[in-house]
Amino acid sequence: MIDIQNVNKWFGDFHVLKDASIRVAKGEVIVVCGPSGSGKSTLIKCVNGLEPFQEGTITVNGVSVGAPDTNLPELRSHIGMVFQNFELFPHMTAMQNICLSQLKVLGRSQSEARDRANTLLDRVGLSGLGLKYPSELSGGQQQRVAIARALAMDPIAMLFDEPTSALDPEMINEVLEVMQELARDDGMTMMVVTHEMGFARRVADRVIFMDEGEIVEDANTDDFFGTPRSDRAQLFLSKILQH
Amino acid sequence: MLTDFDFGVIARNIPYLWEGMQLSLLLTGLSAAGSIVLGTILALMRLSGIALLQWIGAVWVNFFRSLPLLLVIFWFYFLVPVLVQQQVDAFQSALIGFVLFEAAYYCEIMRSGILSISRGQAWAGYALGLRYSQTMRYIVLPQAFRNMLPILLTQTIILFQDTSLVFVVGLADFMTSAVNVAQRDSRLIEIYVFAAFVYFVMCYFGSLYVKHLQQKMHR
Repeated sequence: MIDIQNVNKWFGDFHVLKDASIRVAKGEVIVVCGPSGSGKSTLIKCVNGLEPFQEGTITVNGVSVGAPDTNLPELRSHIGMVFQNFELFPHMTAMQNICLSQLKVLGRSQSEARDRANTLLDRVGLSGLGLKYPSELSGGQQQRVAIARALAMDPIAMLFDEPTSALDPEMINEVLEVMQELARDDGMTMMVVTHEMGFARRVADRVIFMDEGEIVEDANTDDFFGTPRSDRAQLFLSKILQH
Repeated sequence: MLTDFDFGVIARNIPYLWEGMQLSLLLTGLSAAGSIVLGTILALMRLSGIALLQWIGAVWVNFFRSLPLLLVIFWFYFLVPVLVQQQVDAFQSALIGFVLFEAAYYCEIMRSGILSISRGQAWAGYALGLRYSQTMRYIVLPQAFRNMLPILLTQTIILFQDTSLVFVVGLADFMTSAVNVAQRDSRLIEIYVFAAFVYFVMCYFGSLYVKHLQQKMHR
């Protein structure tokens, strides 16, 4: 489904992604973790072409992201993305946030888009909050609206870029639960950048550990938490799991 | 001395002055609308990342911001008829001059407005499959416009004052009408005091409203 091969990316002189390769099969849930500045967020933004990369190839469902003749908006409309800071549109209600791209990209009618939005709001546990503006919602609620907004496009895969990092602790679970349901019930293909190791253990098929732009470890979840092979992954795990 | 003043001249000429004021307001409204649209296009050009468009935008802004408005008004009054090879009335030539000139200022306001919107907002739009133009139109520009509304209105108040410069091409705005009455009836002091009072009240209360709006937005 998602095939990342030997991707290199530089920000100026800074080599942010070093020969990164990941393969995500249909229905697989991959968690990407690692210290901050390790290139995880940059890598996931390369998958839907929000960040350009200089070398290597990324294909999603057979379409090459980096190829100059690729219709990026068309490709992105099939890949959902959820951001660390939610990025709801503050001048629109939750309903309008969820409907915008259905109307403008998919060409659905107002009533179709609304029906879909209501179904999704219900699904993420926010029925009845469609007329609220983002500023009237809690962080956890905003992130769930953002997930509903991405799902409204009927994506074939979902990318999550640290979806709970900006949330107060008591709101983290409500977001993780929605993501877990998505993986279990829908069999959604998911690539999740997160530090939530509990979520990784419960939901992920594979865990990828990145450090300084390199993929240091790519292991099945059980193997990763059992005996990570690299020292760096062990050190990272010991730091974040000791609490 | 004070008994020599005849403030009745104002009352007698209100209908004529009101016609002038209507022209001032019309010119302000049309110029503001036109130059905000053109200024936004210039701002998008300056931020486009395409060298040629950036260059055109930058030259436009620097060119018009380096010229006195009075000169621009004169310029278009004499230039436009030559360019289109027919008579152009003073209102149209003034309007064109104002739009092109003020666009340089509105451009810089809209540019900082667009830059005030976080990159993540555009990313969210692109990630949903929206094109650049759609992302700008539905996500970035509405927010930029709203953030910049107080400054856009302040610039429009300045524009309203500047429309008085059309006096030099004989266009009968409020200022020109006031001058005409003052000279015809030899009541210079009364009329100029009145004109100053009208401009002051309108612009002062206009800027009070902007301040109020700003406070409301920051709440």
